[in-house]
Order: sequence, then C-alpha cells, then structure tokens
Amino acid sequence: MTTIQKKSVLGQDNPIAHLTEADIEQIGIELDAIRQDVLDSRGAADAAYIRRVIDTQRKIELGSRAVLLFSAFPPAWVLGTLGLSVSKILDNMEIGHNILHGQWDWMRDPKIHSSTWEWDMASPAEQWKHSHNELHHTYTNVIGKDNDLGYGIMRVDEDQPWTPASLAQPVFCFINAVFFEYGIAAYDLELGSVIAKKQTKDPDFRRRAKQVLGKIRRQATKDYVVHPALSIPTGSFLPTLAANFTANIVRNLWSNSVILCGHFPEGVETFEKRSIDGETKGEWYVRQMLGSANISGSKALHIMTGNLSHQIEHHLFPDLPSNRYAEIAPKVQALFDKYDLTYCARPMPQQVYSAWHKVVRLSLPNGWLKTTNVKNAPQQLGILYKMATGDRRTRRLLGRKLESEARAAA
Amino acid sequence: MSTTLEPPVRARRLTKTVGDRLVRVAEAATTPYLPADFMDLFAPLRPGADLRGRIESVDPETADAATIVIRPGADWAGHVPGQYLRIGIDIDGVRQWRAYSLTHGPRRDGRISITVKAVPDGLVSNHLVHEARPGTLVHLEQAAGEFVLPPEGGKFLMVTAGSGITPVIGMLRNLFPSTDEGVLRPPRSAEHDIVVVHVAPSHPHSIFIRDLEALDAAGAVRLVARYDDEHGVLDVDDLATLVPDLAERTTLACGPAGLLDALGAHHEAAGLALTTEQFRTARVEPGDGGTVTFASGATLDLDGATPILDAAEEAGMLMPSGCRMGICMGCVIPLREGSVRDLRNGAITTAVPGETGDIKVQTCINAAAGPCHIDH
Repeated sequence: MTTIQKKSVLGQDNPIAHLTEADIEQIGIELDAIRQDVLDSRGAADAAYIRRVIDTQRKIELGSRAVLLFSAFPPAWVLGTLGLSVSKILDNMEIGHNILHGQWDWMRDPKIHSSTWEWDMASPAEQWKHSHNELHHTYTNVIGKDNDLGYGIMRVDEDQPWTPASLAQPVFCFINAVFFEYGIAAYDLELGSVIAKKQTKDPDFRRRAKQVLGKIRRQATKDYVVHPALSIPTGSFLPTLAANFTANIVRNLWSNSVILCGHFPEGVETFEKRSIDGETKGEWYVRQMLGSANISGSKALHIMTGNLSHQIEHHLFPDLPSNRYAEIAPKVQALFDKYDLTYCARPMPQQVYSAWHKVVRLSLPNGWLKTTNVKNAPQQLGILYKMATGDRRTRRLLGRKLESEARAAA
Repeated sequence: MSTTLEPPVRARRLTKTVGDRLVRVAEAATTPYLPADFMDLFAPLRPGADLRGRIESVDPETADAATIVIRPGADWAGHVPGQYLRIGIDIDGVRQWRAYSLTHGPRRDGRISITVKAVPDGLVSNHLVHEARPGTLVHLEQAAGEFVLPPEGGKFLMVTAGSGITPVIGMLRNLFPSTDEGVLRPPRSAEHDIVVVHVAPSHPHSIFIRDLEALDAAGAVRLVARYDDEHGVLDVDDLATLVPDLAERTTLACGPAGLLDALGAHHEAAGLALTTEQFRTARVEPGDGGTVTFASGATLDLDGATPILDAAEEAGMLMPSGCRMGICMGCVIPLREGSVRDLRNGAITTAVPGETGDIKVQTCINAAAGPCHIDH
C-alpha cells in the first residue's frame, strides 16, 4: 500500500487521477441524494427491525446462559457456547456498533440511543465513540491521523520504515485478534501514546483508565464469576467458565476479522495527512469510497458482521440504519462504475486472506517476499537475518537492494 | 394505630438486605444491561417497569375524534378527574410525546382513557384517531395537572371549547356516572352545582355533546352549548347574560389560547376567579435563525446558516463536539424548546415542552430556526 498521493509521484496508477474537480463534486451530490432517499423512507419498518434484532439477541443470550447452567453435560456446553458466541457477536456488531454510531437516534427511544447505550465488551461506549466515530470515521485511512490503520502498533504501509520489530507483527496481530476487546479498550484509551508521552498521571487519563478498569471488572465478574457460580449446583462451574471464555474469544476473532476486512485488504487506498487540508465534502466521500472494502455474502453474514460487510456504504453514511446498506449498495456500486472507480468487494475468506497476507508482507522488508522463492530461500533468509541484526546502515543498503531487485523482477 | 400489623423492624431489614443482594447478583449477571431490560421482553407492564400501557380499544366519538382506552402498567398511581397524562407513541418509528386529558374518572376495571380530536397536520392526534390499533404498547407518565374540582364542592362554571371539553368530561363522568338506568347522582356530587358553557364549531363536530346533553336532561348540570355556525363565535362579554349568577361561580376554562386570553382579561376586569388549562402552547413557525438560549443563561442571536456549535464556540462556550460534519453524534445536546434546521437537507426538528420533551440534536449541522432553548 502506498498513499494515493505518492502513487502519482512514483508513476504508479493513481485511481483518482482521471477525476476532475467537477466529477468529485458531482459524486458528492449523487451520494447525498442516495442518503436523502433513505432518510425520506426511514420509518416504522426500520424501527421494528432493530427492536427485533435486540429482542432476538437477548433471547439467545438468555437461552444460552440457561443451557450453560448444565454445561457439565457436553451437548449443553456446545449448544450454550455457540449461542453465547452468536449473542455476543450480535450485541457488538449489528446492535452495539450501529447504535453507538447514532444510526437509531432518530427513533428518539431513550433505550436505543447513542448517548445511553452500553455494550457487552471491555471498552466503555463513551471512549469507543470518540476514537471510532470521531477519529476513525473522520480521518479514515489518513496515515498518521487514523489510528485504526494498524492501531498505531503495526506497519501498515510500505512507506513506513521497516524495523526488526516488524518481524513480530503477524504474531502480535494474532494475539491482538484473540484478545481483541482488550486491545480495543487499550487503544481507545490511547494507552500506547500516553505511556510514550509519560502522561499516565494526567487526571483525565486517570479518569478514563478507571472507567475502563471498572468496565473490565464488571464484564469479567459476569462471565467468569457470576454465571459459573450459578452453574455450581449442576457441577458446571468450570465448564461454564470455559464456555464464557470461548464465546469471548470467538467474538474477538470474528470482529477482528470483520474489521481487518474493512480497511486492510489489498486494493484499499491510503491518504497523506496534508491531502485532507481543506478537503471538500465530495473529496471526503471519495476518500471513504476508496478507503473501504466490502465482504460479499449472504444475508446472515451481513447481519453477523453488523452490516460492516457493507463497509463502503457504512463509511459513506455512518449514520444511516445498517439494515438499509444492502439496499443502497447497488446504487453506490453503479456510481463507482460510472466514475471508473474500483468497488472492492470479495467473499470473506478472500478478504481475510488478503488482509493477513498484507500483515505478513509488511512484517518483512519491502520487496523481500517478491524476490523470494523456494530455491533462493536460504540466501534470502540470510539477508533477512543480516537486516534484523545489522545496524541501520546495513538495513538501508540491503533494503534498497531488495527493492530494486523486486522492481527488476516486476 | 396498631404496631402489630407492621413486621418487626429486624425481619424487615433482613428481607430488605436479602432482596438487595439478589438484585445486585441479577445486575452483575446482566451487566452492561439491567435485569429490567430482559424482563421487559416478556412483561412490559409488570410492577417496577418503566410506566407503559397497552391500547385496548379505539372508540370513535365523532368523525375526527376517538376515545383510546389503555390498560396502564402495574405502577399506574391513579388520577383525579381533570388531570392529564403524557403519552409517548411510536409513529413512523419515531417516539412522539403528547399530553391528553383523562376522560374518565378512576375506573373499576383499572383502565384509563383519553379522548383525542384529530387536528389538521396533527401528527399524533391523527395517528391516534385513525391509525392506532389495539395491542399497541405506549409509553406513559403518571397523571399530572392542577385542573381539578375541589372535593368539597361549590358552584362552578366550566367554559370549554372544542377538545377543551376533555378534562371537564372526566370530572363530570366521575361526579355523575352514566348507567343503563340513566345518570346517577352519587353522594360525592351533591355539593357540586355546575354550569357548562361549551363552544364548538357545530353540533356534529362537538365531542361528547351527547354526554353533555344527557347530563343536562337529567338535571345534573346546566348546559349552555354555543355553536359557531348557529350562534356565531362566543363573545366573553355575553357570559353574564348566558350565566346570570356568574359572579357566584368559580370558573374553570379549557380551550384554545385566544379564548383563554379573552376570558382572563374579562375575569380580571370583573374581579372573578379563573382556573385555566391549555394544552397546545403557542407554536413558533420555524423561520431563518433566531435567538438561542442556553441553560447557562447565555443567549446568542443566530442566523439560519451558522451551525449552533460554531456560533456557541465563537462566543467562547465550551461545547461537546466531534467530527463537525454530522456523522459522529459527539455533539448531541437536548433541545428543550423551539426549532432547529438540519443544514444538510433542511429538515426541521421541533421540541415543545410538556409535549415532545427534550429532543437530542446534533449542534454541528443544525442552525436555529426560530427562538430555541438548549439544555447545555
């Protein structure tokens, strides 16, 4: 991945070079019209939809937790764990994520409102809303501004210097996926930069940290103390604890995969910081169009991803009810075609593979993967070892050599 | 007073702590939600739930008015005839709150009723009269209002216009129950001497006119009906002629602002007591810009093109903010009263105190559309 702005300088294909200012403005007007169509027809059926999803999720949760009271009995464990995983995924994705976006604020139902909702995960809603709605959605895919790009801990772009630590990236990325909810909580807390800037004594940070710890404690008490304890009469303390742990991991892996698919697969563009100075609404829309990727699939998949499978539509209209994204997707895609832009949509396995391939590729020096084959693998590994252990100068020289070889091979 | 009826203090404290512990365990088991969120799925009208009700029937009164009978939740605290209730109902998916008079005295079956006249462009009134179906769950607040008859009785004049009859009919039905044997006069009504001056556009458009006529025929009240198409618009100066003993009566009036204002002036000049009830506050037509008043006391004169957020910050106020483009909901604050316009598509949001309640609006993409009051 190279920012769109650098692509033109490097003579690579810049996917928006052919758009005139008037084109970009017209794209904005047409997208506004699509949004207005949904607003005009938003009504009782949509309200019924979100209430039905919430109702279903709560009944699945109640049912699963009831079954898990007997989790010493293996079929009950399997059924209960499955149900609890589904319930937690629905809670976080189609319900929590979208309500916290304010997609359902228009209903004026104080129980289903972005300002009052809380969700079944470690990060408190208030902090997540700031880092996600405000920062990620406003600065989508702008290097240095959008921390969702690699969560500030990963190398997500060829232009970022490769360091030996980058090698650990796939492992780190996997651990982050397994414990995703805590990763998100730490990330919403901006823990990394707070520690780096030695601001851990800042009263505002203290307050927010306390909030996170309180939330984590309540979540853990529920999943790992109260429900297992309620299962003691059937001798199911440990099985229920394991079931809750498993359901949390399943939910973490699933939501991490969905989120990786949204902005990380090959074909998604990134942008330079200065490119958004004085950005117009039309330009913002175009950035969202090219900075997101969709997952194609069934209706069930869309619901389980919280309709983030329609990441492009979601990023264009983060405040529209999620159940409407599927309906506007063909119109949005037609707009991409009209302006000769690439609508990045693939089935989930391909998007997940693509995203992980990028994680692995960027954990290695630029050009290394391209220049490596079975035959030269030992030499290449030698080069990698030298780069990982050598000083900065060695890294730079070997890195340049790899890049030029890769260019020659292409 | 007997103390033996009360459980011993220690035992009560014990049950209380056991109960508290159970509640705490239930809360720990359902966090981040409340046990109530799960119980609401199955028993929305149970004791302890937010006050709700279920519509049991919608009975037409005239072509454009209907009485809605509601089974209130278990925590309904009852009401005094003449009081009103705030009801929230979802229309096109949006929760709308309005206030309506309760049109029955306390009923033996525990149901409550409101009578609604569909007014032109009235979103909620038209929905309740023409669209609402039995079985619909509605949201309620406890009855409120000082517009009630003193229980000790006296001589009263009720001046009602149009749907202003609704709180009065509640009082009259309670005093004089109508049965198959005719209008009853229970002891509680003995001390009440009531004249009703009722104003309506015409006889067929008059809600509850048959009830009023029946009460008049039975001698329970004296009815003076004035129809605009027959008698012309009522002049308050004619009241002394219509009701010769006006000076001996306490006047209770319910109707549109124009009538109440005229009556107020008339009674003040004559030195007479007056109690009034008005539902529809004077509504401001949304315009371009307006004066925005904040809870802090600050006021800003805004044009129709500047987002409230920008203007408030410009004036040095600390405002919640986020993306500043209408997507993150980081800037929502409650609009208490008045109208704002969405700068993206011109959509107007209006808050009416006592009716809609506060409405949370995004200040970064809304401009003032008339005077408004913001709770921040």
